[in-house]
Amino acid sequence: MPKLKVDGIEVEVPQGATVLQACEAAGKEIPRFCYHERLSIAGNCRMCLVEVKPGPPKPQASCALPAADNQEVFTTTPMVKQAREGVMEFLLINHPLDCPICDQGGECDLQDQSMAYGRGQSRYDENKRAVTEKYMGPIVKTVMTRCIQCTRCVRFAEEVAGVEEIGAIYRGEDMQITSYLEQAVTSELSGNVVDLCPVGALTSKPYAFEARPWELKKTLAIDVMDAVGTNIRLDSRGRQVLRALPVINEDVNEEWASDKTRHAVDGLVRRRLDRPYIRVNGKLQPASWEEAFAAIKAVDAGSSVAAIHGDLVDCETLFAAKALLQSLGSSLLEGRQTGMDYDASNLAAVNFNTTIAGTERADAILIVGSNVRWEAPLVNTRIRKAIKRGARVFAIGPQTELTYKVEWLGADLSILGKLPEAVLDAFGKAERPMVIVGGAALKGGQGASLALVGSLNLVRTLEDGTAWNGYNVLHMAAARNGGLMLGYHQPGGLADVVAARPKLAFFLGADEVDYARFDTSFKVYVGHHGDKGAGAADVVLPGASYAEKSGTWVNLEGRVQRGERAVFPPGDAREDWTIFRALSAVLGQTLPFDTLEELRAAMAYDTPLLAGLGLAALEWKPPVLDAVASGTLAGYPIQDFYLTNAICRASPTMQECSSVITHGAQLAEAAE
Amino acid sequence: MALADKDRIFTNVYGFQPWNVDAAIARGDWDNTKDLLALGQDKIIDIMKASGLRGRGGAGFPTGMKWSFMPKESKDGRPSFLVINADESEPGSCKDREIIRHDPHKLIEGALVAGFAMRARAAYIYIRGEYIREAETLFAAVAEAYDRGFLGKNACGSGYDFDVFVHRGAGAYICGEETAMLESLEGKKGQPRLKPPFPAGAGLYGCPTTVNNVESIAVAPTILRRGAAWFASFGREKNEGTKLFQISGHVNTPCVVEEEMSISFRELIERHCGGIRGGWDNLLAVIPGGSSVPLVPAAQIMDAPMDFDGLKALGSGLGTAAVIVMDKSTDIVRAISRLSYFYKHESCGQCTPCREGTGWMWRVMERLRTGDADLSEIDTLQQVTKQVEGHTICALGDAAAWPIQGLIRHFRPEIERRITEKRGGGLAPMMEAAE
Repeated sequence: MPKLKVDGIEVEVPQGATVLQACEAAGKEIPRFCYHERLSIAGNCRMCLVEVKPGPPKPQASCALPAADNQEVFTTTPMVKQAREGVMEFLLINHPLDCPICDQGGECDLQDQSMAYGRGQSRYDENKRAVTEKYMGPIVKTVMTRCIQCTRCVRFAEEVAGVEEIGAIYRGEDMQITSYLEQAVTSELSGNVVDLCPVGALTSKPYAFEARPWELKKTLAIDVMDAVGTNIRLDSRGRQVLRALPVINEDVNEEWASDKTRHAVDGLVRRRLDRPYIRVNGKLQPASWEEAFAAIKAVDAGSSVAAIHGDLVDCETLFAAKALLQSLGSSLLEGRQTGMDYDASNLAAVNFNTTIAGTERADAILIVGSNVRWEAPLVNTRIRKAIKRGARVFAIGPQTELTYKVEWLGADLSILGKLPEAVLDAFGKAERPMVIVGGAALKGGQGASLALVGSLNLVRTLEDGTAWNGYNVLHMAAARNGGLMLGYHQPGGLADVVAARPKLAFFLGADEVDYARFDTSFKVYVGHHGDKGAGAADVVLPGASYAEKSGTWVNLEGRVQRGERAVFPPGDAREDWTIFRALSAVLGQTLPFDTLEELRAAMAYDTPLLAGLGLAALEWKPPVLDAVASGTLAGYPIQDFYLTNAICRASPTMQECSSVITHGAQLAEAAE
Repeated sequence: MALADKDRIFTNVYGFQPWNVDAAIARGDWDNTKDLLALGQDKIIDIMKASGLRGRGGAGFPTGMKWSFMPKESKDGRPSFLVINADESEPGSCKDREIIRHDPHKLIEGALVAGFAMRARAAYIYIRGEYIREAETLFAAVAEAYDRGFLGKNACGSGYDFDVFVHRGAGAYICGEETAMLESLEGKKGQPRLKPPFPAGAGLYGCPTTVNNVESIAVAPTILRRGAAWFASFGREKNEGTKLFQISGHVNTPCVVEEEMSISFRELIERHCGGIRGGWDNLLAVIPGGSSVPLVPAAQIMDAPMDFDGLKALGSGLGTAAVIVMDKSTDIVRAISRLSYFYKHESCGQCTPCREGTGWMWRVMERLRTGDADLSEIDTLQQVTKQVEGHTICALGDAAAWPIQGLIRHFRPEIERRITEKRGGGLAPMMEAAE
């Protein structure tokens, strides 16, 4: 623990800390461009220069200098001031002063720091450098003349995203940042370089020229594009969400967000259901709420009613629907739209127990039937971090590029019963072993993977006395864990619901269901996008998307999180729970809550796991299942990362990403 | 007092004899190298320290001390490496080239001795990409050494296993910076690394590494054979030894010559270069250590001792002892401007002051050359060089700044003259202002 003085203030910092961190600990602001907490140290912008004694009589880059005992650091001396002014002047001589037309304006590090640390005017009289634009894909817009070569994007691509597709070419003042062969960066995390870029060189292409940051209303929300539960900030103006940005949450998403999280928001204003519809003579006709409710009442289903939820639904909606069904005398609830029927009797046994942050600490990882890169990109980055610390990763399933070194064991699930020596050896030596079971393997491999808990000793107490649970199920749907908690699971899955032949079936934003199986039911679709579900429904009730309601979601590790409403739903659409509350009155079974607070109180009473925010305390009591696994994994559930739900299918940006990145190679081939 | 032939280390620097191993052995190389290694690591380093040899690559760091920084044993199984810097790209420097093409076995034997002394597993010789014939010679010489059993398993019968690899650069000056060289050897873009960690702690592939200049390594076997006292008998205190001087420019017979350290400039030129072209009165300035040290005007250099401390006292440096002599026919501003262009061209672009500053300095220099500038820009330029100097990761920023600083320090009137003449006499600005 080195003790040092910063401008006379004594601070003690952890071993290995840098002088820059020591200065921050002392409350001193150090300007920087290339330094970023989550990336390796480059030390190339030279903005963070400070004076250090003892040391050479010249300013030192504080980001790269280890803090040491008895150092004296000065951050306000004339030498430091001059150094900062000098570097600032150099950065600006070739930077175009096009702030008025730059999308970074108002949130630009260069702008802010030149105001704070610059000289106010330049002595540079020569021509400025111009650099040609580079193509980096549908997400990232480049104006490379503005680049200050901090290489944050290069380091992010290499270290966090795991795709070595951004780099620097040429040298000296001709150095340019570019993507490999100027092709689209094939990372599902590429949007993060926009946040990382301290200037306006890399900006968001879909958001180009949309708004200034100070015009935007900022709302904290939870992302629903996957089950990670990325904490986001929705920036909206008027009734439209213009962009989604990640919010720092060390336990969940650190400060990253996937491209889908960021850019599916333009799907929120397209293909929306903004009024109720009733199917008349095989065609959906616009209707009023009263007419729609009357049509549902006319079915007179009694207790023969079911509810099936989709991937994006919040717990409040789920609870309202559940409460209505309960009052009608039914408990036909299911959320696994595609027909999965794994045993969900113990919630911990279908949970990501190691936690997302805990994944970093694992030292042996076995992935069973999961394309983690697409199913949960931000879990994938944690696995990369674990590998950096020395973890070995094995995987069962069809080979795919996960951005790190994986020892593939084949696609045959029966391997679970006879793991190769290398795996047993690695897990035998491991202190924190981890098994990740994906959706593809849950069907035939749940029992066999649970058997590994015993044979690989996945649940244990670590040397420091803390508990370690290395058994993980990786869900893909934001609504999944909340749905399971609220009882949206039948022993036989969707087949049980189909077999019950309900007269009335509610589909809560369920767009992946095989609707042909429900041809005898009166289908009510409650959702926000005109996708597959609405197309098959007899009555469509327009609901609110995740941006338009205050809702609770439970992420894949069982973390209860709440997002707030950023904008109002369009047209006649209503928040989903109010729809069920109104319908319940029409059906003569008025639900006992009139406000969201009352609903939440009732939900907390019904399902205590949802009472508070944060990690839910799930009891680890795995079911005993048949441990023999069989079958070969033909593929992974997600065929196209960019088009997994109704919102992204409505998003032009995601459509373009899909055609350029997912299908780019095929298109190029077809063109030849 | 000049260096006697019997005291020369590089006896084939002019290539009068073949470079091959037989000729080298006849000249005394590979003579009982086993006995040299038998001295033991500590003894070798002690002799090197006692000899006073300072690194011949320009910085002048004591070589023996540098070797002693290497770990005595590997605690974690990492091997140690010796990297030999043959990326000789400094304008004016041409000594490593002569060593490699005419006396490569001195270098290879030195690699073994030095590598053994620092407990290195192997030596990498990073040779400048443009040295095509020299690289061919070096490859062939290393192959010869392997054939004779001087290298490889049980090198020279000493029981020590040692390999030498030759790696060709791709033509970047910055790869002569030691950490950029390591990056380049690892196959990455040649950009200097941040220090710490220093190469002796984590260098090539993260292993302890020492980077030495060709000349520093090549003189080591001879020093061990003839003794530290012999080597230290040349030159002034703290500047001991002999040195290859490379004199180019406006002398009658430019040459590379081995001389004592601390020889006076006048003696060096008179004895080996046939004097200054047009006589001593015609001397304008000298860049005594390769392009990256400040120039020294004629009056100050004439009787100065050519060594590290003597030239440092003149505000310049010995560098690689690449002496660039300029007579009064030289357009001194243009000469320095050309050097500015060189540094602009060779800046790696990694860190801000050098990337942006070298281009700026060169552009101003070009205008100063033609006088197409304002008088105040001289001061601005001076300040810009100060903003670059000492603010960069590696020393290229300093090297780009110093020649300009030297020019402004010694030739400011010349620059001012061009500006005022361009404006049509000193009164022009005033008349302009009056209009």
